[in-house]
Amino acid sequence: MATPVPSPPDPAPPRLELRGICKRFPGVVVNDGVDLAVRAGEIHALLGENGAGKSTLMKIVHGVLAADAGTILWEGRPVRIGSPGEARRLGIGMVFQHFALFESLTVAENVALGLETRETVEALSTRVRAVSDGYGLAIQPDRHVHELSVGERQRVEIIRCLLGAPKLIILDEPTSVLAPNEALALFDVLRRLRDEGCSILYISHKLDEIRRVCDRASVLRGGRLVATVDPRQESARSLARLMIGVEPPDLTERRRTEEDGVGPLLEVAGLDLDRDDPRGTDLRDVSLAVRGGEILGLAGVAGNGQNALMRALSGERRVSRPDTIRIGGTAAGLLGPRARRDLGLAVVPEERLGQGAVPDLTLADNALLSAYRHGGLVRRGLVRHGRARHFAGRVMETFNVIARGHGAEARSLSGGNLQKFIIGREILQQPRVLVAAHPTWGVDAGSAAAIHQALVDLRDQGAAILVISQDLDELYTLSDRIAVIASGRVSESRPTHTVTAEDIGVLMGGLFDDGKVAQAGGGPAHVA
Amino acid sequence: MWPRLEARPERSRVMVYLTPLVAAGLTMLAGLILFAALGQDPVRALWAFFVAPLTTAFGWAELVVKATPLVLCALGLAVGFRGNVWNIGAEGQLILGAIFAGGLALWAGEASVPWLLPAMVVAGILGGMAWAAIPALLRTRFNANEILVSLMLTYVAELLLGYLVHGPWRDPGGFNFPESALFGPSALLPALVEGTRLHAGALFALAAVAAVWVLLMRAFIGFQVTVIGLAPRAGGYAGFSQTRVIWLGLMCGGGLAGLAGMVEVAGPIGQLHPQISPGYGFTAIIVAFLGRLHPVGILLAGLFMALTYLGGDTLQIELGLPRAVTGVFQGLTLFFLLASDVLIHHRIRFGRRVNPARGGA
Repeated sequence: MATPVPSPPDPAPPRLELRGICKRFPGVVVNDGVDLAVRAGEIHALLGENGAGKSTLMKIVHGVLAADAGTILWEGRPVRIGSPGEARRLGIGMVFQHFALFESLTVAENVALGLETRETVEALSTRVRAVSDGYGLAIQPDRHVHELSVGERQRVEIIRCLLGAPKLIILDEPTSVLAPNEALALFDVLRRLRDEGCSILYISHKLDEIRRVCDRASVLRGGRLVATVDPRQESARSLARLMIGVEPPDLTERRRTEEDGVGPLLEVAGLDLDRDDPRGTDLRDVSLAVRGGEILGLAGVAGNGQNALMRALSGERRVSRPDTIRIGGTAAGLLGPRARRDLGLAVVPEERLGQGAVPDLTLADNALLSAYRHGGLVRRGLVRHGRARHFAGRVMETFNVIARGHGAEARSLSGGNLQKFIIGREILQQPRVLVAAHPTWGVDAGSAAAIHQALVDLRDQGAAILVISQDLDELYTLSDRIAVIASGRVSESRPTHTVTAEDIGVLMGGLFDDGKVAQAGGGPAHVA
Repeated sequence: MWPRLEARPERSRVMVYLTPLVAAGLTMLAGLILFAALGQDPVRALWAFFVAPLTTAFGWAELVVKATPLVLCALGLAVGFRGNVWNIGAEGQLILGAIFAGGLALWAGEASVPWLLPAMVVAGILGGMAWAAIPALLRTRFNANEILVSLMLTYVAELLLGYLVHGPWRDPGGFNFPESALFGPSALLPALVEGTRLHAGALFALAAVAAVWVLLMRAFIGFQVTVIGLAPRAGGYAGFSQTRVIWLGLMCGGGLAGLAGMVEVAGPIGQLHPQISPGYGFTAIIVAFLGRLHPVGILLAGLFMALTYLGGDTLQIELGLPRAVTGVFQGLTLFFLLASDVLIHHRIRFGRRVNPARGGA
């Protein structure tokens, strides 16, 4: 579709240039005259809150959507990108935030589908393994996608993109599921690609990492480009101000003194749990305790037993001895999710759609999903739909969930809004113990701050909170104490201010090394 | 410009209700073509199939008689289908209900037993439940596929019925025909309108519509069924029991199919013979989906599908067409319904791609 322009005088035109891109959906202007230039061999960050228009802009570049107005220039020539296939032929690859993988196929088969190649799956497997090893992504091409963790699935998407040898790679929130060391490895990959001349468009909310890897950053707010800056010259705060438009809330004032003498509200003692899925992780001798008025952060790379621990804590999987898990002092190991909720437990699960919420049901029904023990939503076996709607409305109002109303289906909400809804639903039940997995994964900065504030408020009301996350910044912001999970073992927890990010890295790394597992299980806290 | 399918951001509520009508319309259209190809006047044939049966009060009564077992079976199936419990064996459960209720009626004989009909109702329900308990047990214990187990048990049920009416329960005064004695008067459902075959079983069907409506639309257990059906992992997270949903689905399906069997033998048939059901249990699967797994929808769909039975009879009489036309129309309806259901999650677009705003726009 490329049509040559008479004579571009610029000797080195940008690899990708957007001029005056406009995109309107019924009722909203999503992109409003956006100009953006990505040079050859640079890592260019695209910053903005959910709803700022980043995803739409990237979909236009990737040929998924057509702009209403404006021009796209590829290496100086105006082009029309009508489909992702055309984008790929130009040399534009994209790694999506939400993965497009067939769960029942293997990694290599998925890659083959995406590449439209005639290669055999065997030949492709070799290339996948080569790229995976070359960039330290640790993906086995013959594994089935349904066995992979969220983090591993994203690495498959990255590999798929890299195999197409693109000139421009768009990465949507690439590090949101990676551990610090994996993120560092990814940054090395990105720098290497940049030095090879590849351009990278990097969408992220994580201001620190943008300042670390990106050469330039463009900030979108409300569909308009507000600034293009050199992120290395900016502070995280000044970037956040550009992005949100107002001064970001100060998150440092909420440290509070620990109260002694309060017994643990959530206690796990010597939990052993064999995997129930061949690629799962065995939990070994997991012990932890969270007191009321305290947030314990559990750091770790996805696929190290977080999922098994979540299910053991929520009651989806029973454990063999009742006193292995205690909630509010009551032995709960043999209780199911319902009975544990009666003890004051609330859970924010790993997966929003399909676990934390039913995609095809309305928000009112989804409020009922876990809050049915609360506030008389169910009486004598009958659902009181009016109350469920009212409760859903209260969640939406309190947590500023943007949706059509309590009748909107969960699947129609953006990731951040759905996450706010799920967390709000759990918090409004006034739990004594809250277990939250990845509470702000893929959530924009404004929503993440609101979620963090809500968790802190809940803690200040005396609840015990366990936050399982891969995002170290988040754990540092929230936690009173931090522990590390690796290979199904959990380290001893230590006060947050005594743990450095390097300590955590060492703990993760040390625990991964099989030779040190035995020792690490006993006293990894001494590693620092 | 070729039309394209485009994903909708949400399910279209309009289409949920519209596609059954679209399917019915397309079925009629296909019927026109089919009759024309058979060399018949298509309009006259279609008239004979869909309209002629409804021109008399007798026809309306027959419609309700035929719809009753369909609605009963489909209501029970819908409870399971909503929870991803695929009971395909309502036909067998219906037969077992007929055997249990019929056995009681044969035992009573000509004697006047006031509690006989209520006892037959209970026996019919229990018979269907017992038959459905087999796939439920095998599914929950050994994770055996309930589709195959329930389907295959249908053939076992047919053979069991065949054995009984050829052997122990054969009417001694019946000239060796494979059928039982006629039930006594106290084993027969009273007629609602004298001079027609319309009987009290229709009231059971209406009561079942109300009961299943409360169960699915108002009761918390119905919500659990829906959640487990749509997103089993969300059900596990919420603490809903998959095992309970499987049992509930199969017990409702079996119980109501068994009741349908009782209604048939105690109503229009009045005895046991090998052909007590012209495939009601299978047609009920179509009824359940055509009715959107909603009790009121099932009531309407049951009446529509009953019409295909009556229409098949009329065609046979008036135009000499084979009775298989009924099956053809039932199949066409399901086919068009499944095909047009794509419109619930998608819309047809002409021209250039314009995608809906979704997620973080």
